[in-house]
Amino acid sequence: MTIAAVGEPSTVQPTTLDVDALRAEFPILAGSSRGKPLIYLDSAATTQKPQAVLDALSHFYASANANIHRGVYELSERATVAYDGARVRVAQFIGASNDSEVVFVRGTTEAINLVARSFPAITPGCTVVVSEMEHHANIVPWQLAGARTVPIPVTDSGELDMVAAEKLIGERPAMLAVVHVSNALGTVNPIAELCRMARAVDVPVLVDGAQAVGHFSVDVAALGCDFYCYSAHKLYGPTGIGVLWAKAPHLAQMPPWQGGGDMIDTVSFERTTFAPAPGKFEAGTPHIAGVIGMVAAIDWLERQDRDALHAHEADLLAHGTELLASIPGLRLVGTAADKIGVLTFTLSGVHPHDLASLLDADGICVRAGHHCTQPLHRRLGLPATTRASLAPYNTRAELDALAGSLNHAAELFAR
Amino acid sequence: MNELYQSVIIEHYRSPRNFRTIDGPTHHADGRNPLCGDEVSVELVVADDGTIADVAFQGTGCAVSRASASMMTVALRDQSTEQARELFARFHALLVDGGSTDRLGKLAAFEGLAAFPMRIKCATMVWHVMKAALDGGIQA
Repeated sequence: MTIAAVGEPSTVQPTTLDVDALRAEFPILAGSSRGKPLIYLDSAATTQKPQAVLDALSHFYASANANIHRGVYELSERATVAYDGARVRVAQFIGASNDSEVVFVRGTTEAINLVARSFPAITPGCTVVVSEMEHHANIVPWQLAGARTVPIPVTDSGELDMVAAEKLIGERPAMLAVVHVSNALGTVNPIAELCRMARAVDVPVLVDGAQAVGHFSVDVAALGCDFYCYSAHKLYGPTGIGVLWAKAPHLAQMPPWQGGGDMIDTVSFERTTFAPAPGKFEAGTPHIAGVIGMVAAIDWLERQDRDALHAHEADLLAHGTELLASIPGLRLVGTAADKIGVLTFTLSGVHPHDLASLLDADGICVRAGHHCTQPLHRRLGLPATTRASLAPYNTRAELDALAGSLNHAAELFAR
Repeated sequence: MNELYQSVIIEHYRSPRNFRTIDGPTHHADGRNPLCGDEVSVELVVADDGTIADVAFQGTGCAVSRASASMMTVALRDQSTEQARELFARFHALLVDGGSTDRLGKLAAFEGLAAFPMRIKCATMVWHVMKAALDGGIQA
């Protein structure tokens, strides 16, 4: 794993993270599942939440809850200041220079749908270049908008074929829409390089950052993309809230996609005019508490020693990879040189759903199935896989337990 | 769940009965679980007197789904279509509504699955497909 360590020696640094102290901040991790101590290995689906985020949500509802941009009273002022301030915080978090480029949405899926629906170049019959490793959320919205989705092929190790990518981008599609980090493989894609290729031929780039922002620092200016999307719930924050960041000139030429309160300038029966971005994309009362919770998550994450988090995650990935490789009949899927803590695999003779149930009986939470990446699984010739995905609150001992349960499942089915 | 896997289910998973196609079925239907991608097809031969003379399945799936399909074909053979529907109703009730194992024979092995709502569909899907085949008449 080379996250945030590009160009540095690849040797894994000794972990300096106090994992017990980190775990103590996540109340759910002290709990149990099926009567066993909880071993949560599904953080790519959603991360657990630290107490700081839970407190922020509770504090907001207990002391500042009011609708925004409406009341003149103090409570509404508190809510409005917190909500609008969140935009500045998010812009800073992802390296955006202008907070009016930050649109609050329900999550990555809604962000992509918004762009697919509203960006003028997306018209019926246009081409959107995606990749074979895309989540369905970065395929289906373009198809619903009438676009033809053309994939960049994925190699056997789970990396993008960059020669093919350059060729496809050179054909000047209406959009390049690509995932920053694969939810199914953990692969970190070379987004900056793809953006350079796209910029050379004036192709706008949308990046699905759902799996990226929780694992390493993201700087949209340095990446050079046009659109960046993420969900707070994969970033230690609440569900139901996320971000679409887009360059201001793009947002300016995009019409609203939903109408309602708070997104207008003036309304009459003859003619309605809209608020400027980002307001015009936020019809109705937004998820105010969610926004507050997301900021608490960002604040929490940036208080951590992120280098120590990376080193620990890299250590877990290396340890997990070694453990799984030693299990007879187990095949790791996704062995990119640059990947986050995702261990996806098949175990000979055991269907992923049976495996997930047997692990569940031991209190171990993993994901089984196609992980909303059916085209990728078709490409790999696998109907389904099992995925253990890591966060810095995981431990080597948890991975040892995973390996033990996998061996037990293999024995049960081999008997 | 471990108990469930240690029962007849693993045996049927490894050696599924009636895992084949039928030449000239009178009824046929396909099913797919979009959540997991499992697919199953069921073919039946229903005689003029309404007796299920033959029933077989094909498809991909987990041990629970394949064992359920295998055990269903064994249970339905020589039953009337009415009895097949009643058996499905009792099997469904066992898993979903806390029904008893009465008159379910070997299918009672699935009783433990009732405690795992996320996996019940794995066992019931093939029965739904069988019912769709009967409801759809001659579709093969």
